[in-house]
Amino acid sequence: MAKKIAVSFKLNGKPVDAVVEPRELLIHTLREKLGHTGPHIGCETSHCGACTVDLNGMSVKSCTQLTVQCEGADVLTIEGFEQGGVLHALQEGFTQQHGLQCGYCTPGMITRAYRLLKEIPNPTEEEIRYWMAGNLCRCTGYMNIVKAVQHAAKALAAKAA
Amino acid sequence: MIPSSFEYHAPASIPDALGLLRQFGAEAKLLAGGHSLLPLMKMRFAAPAHLIDLGRIAELKGIREDKGAIVIGAMTTENELIWSKLLQEKCPLIVEGARQISDPQVRYKGTIGGDISHGDPGNDHPALMIALGASFVLRGAGGERAVPADGFFHGLYDTELKADEIMTSIRIPVPAPGTGYAYAKLKRKTGDFATAAAAVTLRMKGNAVQDVSIALTNVGPTPLKAKQAEASLRGKALDDAAINEAARLAMSICAPVADQRGDIAYKTAMAGEMVQRSIRTARSRASN
Amino acid sequence: MTDTLERESRLQGMGVSRLRKEDARFIRGRGTYVDDIKLPGMLFGAIVRSPFAHARIKSINKEKALKVPGVVAVLTADDLKPVKLHWMPTLGGDVQAVLADKKVCFQYQEVAMVLAADRYAAADGVDAVEVEYEELPAIVDPRRSMDKGAPVIREDIADKDEVGHGKRTHPNHIFTWEAGDKASTDDAFRNAAVTVREEILNPRVHPCPLETCGCVASFDKVTGQLTVYLTSQAPHLVRTVVAMLSGIPESKIRLVGGDIGGGFGNKVPVYPGYVIATVASIVTGLPIKWIESRIENISTTGFARDYHGVGELAADKDGRIKGLRFTALADHGAFNSHVSATKFPAGLFSICTGSYDIPRAYCRVDAVYTNKAPGGVAYRCSLRVTEAVYLIERMMDVLAQKVGVDKAEIRRRNFVKKEQFPYTTALGWTLDSGDYHTALEKVLKAVDYEGLRKEQAEKRKKGELMGIGISTFTEIVGAGPNKVCDILGISLFDSCDIRVNPTGSAIARLGTMTQGQGHMTTYAQIIATELGLPSDEIQIEEGDTDKAPYGAGTWGSRSTPVGGAAAAMAARKIKAKAQKIAAHLLEVGEGDLEWEIDRFKVKGSPGKFKTMKDIAMAAHTSSIPDGMEKGLDASEYYDPPNMTFPFGAYVCVVDIDKHTGETRVRRFYALDDCGTRINPMIIEGQIHGGLTEAFAVAMGQQVPFDEAGNHLGNSLMDYFLPTAMETPRWETDHTVTPSPHHPIGAKGVAESPHVGGIPCFTNAVVDAFAHLGVTHMDMPHTSYRVWQQAHKLGIDKR
Repeated sequence: MAKKIAVSFKLNGKPVDAVVEPRELLIHTLREKLGHTGPHIGCETSHCGACTVDLNGMSVKSCTQLTVQCEGADVLTIEGFEQGGVLHALQEGFTQQHGLQCGYCTPGMITRAYRLLKEIPNPTEEEIRYWMAGNLCRCTGYMNIVKAVQHAAKALAAKAA
Repeated sequence: MIPSSFEYHAPASIPDALGLLRQFGAEAKLLAGGHSLLPLMKMRFAAPAHLIDLGRIAELKGIREDKGAIVIGAMTTENELIWSKLLQEKCPLIVEGARQISDPQVRYKGTIGGDISHGDPGNDHPALMIALGASFVLRGAGGERAVPADGFFHGLYDTELKADEIMTSIRIPVPAPGTGYAYAKLKRKTGDFATAAAAVTLRMKGNAVQDVSIALTNVGPTPLKAKQAEASLRGKALDDAAINEAARLAMSICAPVADQRGDIAYKTAMAGEMVQRSIRTARSRASN
Repeated sequence: MTDTLERESRLQGMGVSRLRKEDARFIRGRGTYVDDIKLPGMLFGAIVRSPFAHARIKSINKEKALKVPGVVAVLTADDLKPVKLHWMPTLGGDVQAVLADKKVCFQYQEVAMVLAADRYAAADGVDAVEVEYEELPAIVDPRRSMDKGAPVIREDIADKDEVGHGKRTHPNHIFTWEAGDKASTDDAFRNAAVTVREEILNPRVHPCPLETCGCVASFDKVTGQLTVYLTSQAPHLVRTVVAMLSGIPESKIRLVGGDIGGGFGNKVPVYPGYVIATVASIVTGLPIKWIESRIENISTTGFARDYHGVGELAADKDGRIKGLRFTALADHGAFNSHVSATKFPAGLFSICTGSYDIPRAYCRVDAVYTNKAPGGVAYRCSLRVTEAVYLIERMMDVLAQKVGVDKAEIRRRNFVKKEQFPYTTALGWTLDSGDYHTALEKVLKAVDYEGLRKEQAEKRKKGELMGIGISTFTEIVGAGPNKVCDILGISLFDSCDIRVNPTGSAIARLGTMTQGQGHMTTYAQIIATELGLPSDEIQIEEGDTDKAPYGAGTWGSRSTPVGGAAAAMAARKIKAKAQKIAAHLLEVGEGDLEWEIDRFKVKGSPGKFKTMKDIAMAAHTSSIPDGMEKGLDASEYYDPPNMTFPFGAYVCVVDIDKHTGETRVRRFYALDDCGTRINPMIIEGQIHGGLTEAFAVAMGQQVPFDEAGNHLGNSLMDYFLPTAMETPRWETDHTVTPSPHHPIGAKGVAESPHVGGIPCFTNAVVDAFAHLGVTHMDMPHTSYRVWQQAHKLGIDKR
């Protein structure tokens, strides 16, 4: 067995440490060592996107990221979205627009949409579908997810104004 | 889902990375974006004892213009390519190609260098690079060399990159203003490799083709440069007959593998269709 | 807002598109799915699987695996033999190997389970188990299963001449089931002016919910209590099965279906992983977690369909159907684990007369074993209803083309008319309600059907391919009435316990099991309207068998028809008692009271009333009539008198690129009639989801094999789960034809779009080629396969 490595990074704004084998995947560290079960596992071939986190300003599939690569990183998961009891506009949007049913894809969807809206604050429907195509959903058929993201985009724009 | 054990190294410089490659030889694999290698390792189809992560080497990043060439660091991600103003303005074919690779999350990590050097015929940058007349800068113990894209790919997972070399950058001659371009990729769904794809760059002189470059993805063990198709178009008007003939010539060099995407007849026909599409689109974007 | 409107709106009850109550935890990532559960001392189980589809096991060597750091044990069939659990009964009347003993019958079959301290060690352990196999010839094509001299797949039942459903005629034969009057139907065909026949495949697909199957089994040696957290759509039924298999008293078994990341039928069966994990926990006294990978999920858990059908219709020259003859060869894989009511091993396949008035009909299903994963399951449908509806909706188009009648018109001519309800089909189902003509006309008008046909005619002149697909389906859901359905003999009733507290809020527990359908919200809405209490203050619980009353779970769209009925009926018991209390409090006779929204009012004296909240408090005090029990609770165990029959009319417009086979869904208009509508927003969400799954099935899903039984596309690289890019936009509409027997007239809806959608896509694709003589094309309609059709016709050439 390879020697374990101590990794320190920021998780939802708080410093965390983990001692991991080099082969340990970030999704497992988050879920099993750090108690953050929001990101989910839906496949093992890097397709479904349920494990999506925001890592150093990028939407990343945490199942395809080694924890040892995260030294000093800034990681945001779904658990970090609600601040001081106030839901993020995306969390509101998904609720208001019925953008979830079983909830399994939802953390990954919201986390991905977060970065999308940072890069494209007012996306068209086409753009939402294209830039969210790394997140699979089996329940909603995506129409309400598009509406949820548009809802959040409006709310964030209003707040910024 | 779980890779076999390995030792992890994160060198801070190219010489350090080369040193590690020398030290561990066949037991080591370079880790670029990780979205080709890690999935293979998770399925235990690959089990290198050592992983050399290139992610900390600043020298491998960046997109810049340098004396009539665009120089892209090998560790530049697909997402960085897409958002690059320089590329959008001066080499939009790369942007169009990168947009059709995989999905948004994978594109934040997947690198142009990794995509090229993996030697997977399903990857998209090889054909794009051939169409652009690009060359790859390789650095090894013996120094640095530049290898043209057309000639870099030898076979399935077999490229000119030696075991002790690292691809550091990609050099693309800036396409002349008015160059038409297109990357037409047929795939079953987002995230899939091409059933067939064609990259085209096109220079028109009046109504006739001054120069054209056509390269095909995933219809052979390597990307294929459709030289006969190119020759058939030079000096000609781009009417249906000429395009049909070019497509036919492109199809004649295809040697795809039958799989769930289609049989040989379908994939070959689709290579022809993608050549049709990309030539027509390139024509609509070309100006004299 | 007027006073009554204000009171009504405060209830957020029936018919309101109120936001969902369950969303709060999901948007925060605080759902509790099985893999989220971590118990002290928990071990992780990973399964060693066969690389071969058919092979003898010569030896299993655990030595190296046991030396892997972190590995605690390796279980094989020999370890399960002492408790006789190396085989288990299926819900289909067959037996299934839990861990293979002596031979394997499908690729990826379970051979051993490695127990380790964590999943990394378990994965290493799996790699280190050495199994020696002797490969045997495999049967992959079900049409070869019954060949003379075919390899015998099930040596374990070689001496059994039946496996739960009648005589077997061959070692690889499972059952033959038929319905209808064959002689009379054959007669109709002999005398018919027109007959059509088509071979129609429903390929093997997989429901593939985003969360795979898994469990955490935890046996407490001190108390003798077994707790299993499980991805199960039917926790009570599974608890009963576990009790039967383990010998542990059912009262000491607790199954917990917590949050489930999608079911779609995949989470109904009892899988070997659950059984091995449970046995391991009983033996070790430690919690054992087993979670399968995606590849394991697609390769080994409940597949759907794999019906090789032949559809035949006999008609007059105007296309009026005189007879229907549908047969199917059903590939069940290596073990029949298809949930089978005793009388219906082929599920509800006999609903295949559809929405049409067909005087004579006969259907037969022959089921066989092959060297593939066992099953099947009902993927977002009632058992075998997708197969049935696909056949009839396809054959309507085939018949239309044969007699030269428009595809909408052929349906009009054959529909069961509104005035014919209740209508008993020639195969024995009584459709109790419907209005097919109105639904179809509404849809055709909405899409400008005539305009579309004109456009199609123009495009055909130019050599362009445009297709218009119609599907006018009737579904049969809500299993089910005692006289028709059972599973292992247990009736398919469902239940609701409601307790109203003194301060006027309530908690209701049911025997169904949501996997995303919104039960926390919709059941609360039903009860809110019945009891006049705000749905926000009605808590709904499901899934914990210690708390919830017994029920058959959620599958086959049965929650609203059966669970929803139970909720309404329990609420009405409470309301009846409340009326007595109100009369007592107001000092009037019960007959002097009338109910309005949230209160009983004295007729003629509007100022004199008692709200349900008032009554809730009173019920816990001495202010109730003499001799009446305190409290305001009720239970209902509801046995539905009939199935329900939601129906719909869908139109799909496609444009096909004849050079590449790419099919673009230009428009999809879906009208659904699910009777009374509880929450339109939730209904619309279900329609979107069901249509998307239908689209996936019709246009790309398949579980392909090579001739040796090896999987060719069992990961998400190949298995078609459409992203937001591939998925079309959906337009939804509705009519309301209440169920005559359901307490609130509701029928269930979530599976209709899947069942009705699949034939609609196929009909559209075939219609695009119809003018060139094409009568049928099998799914999936990938670009490759559609191109092959164009290529065969020579129209792909430039």
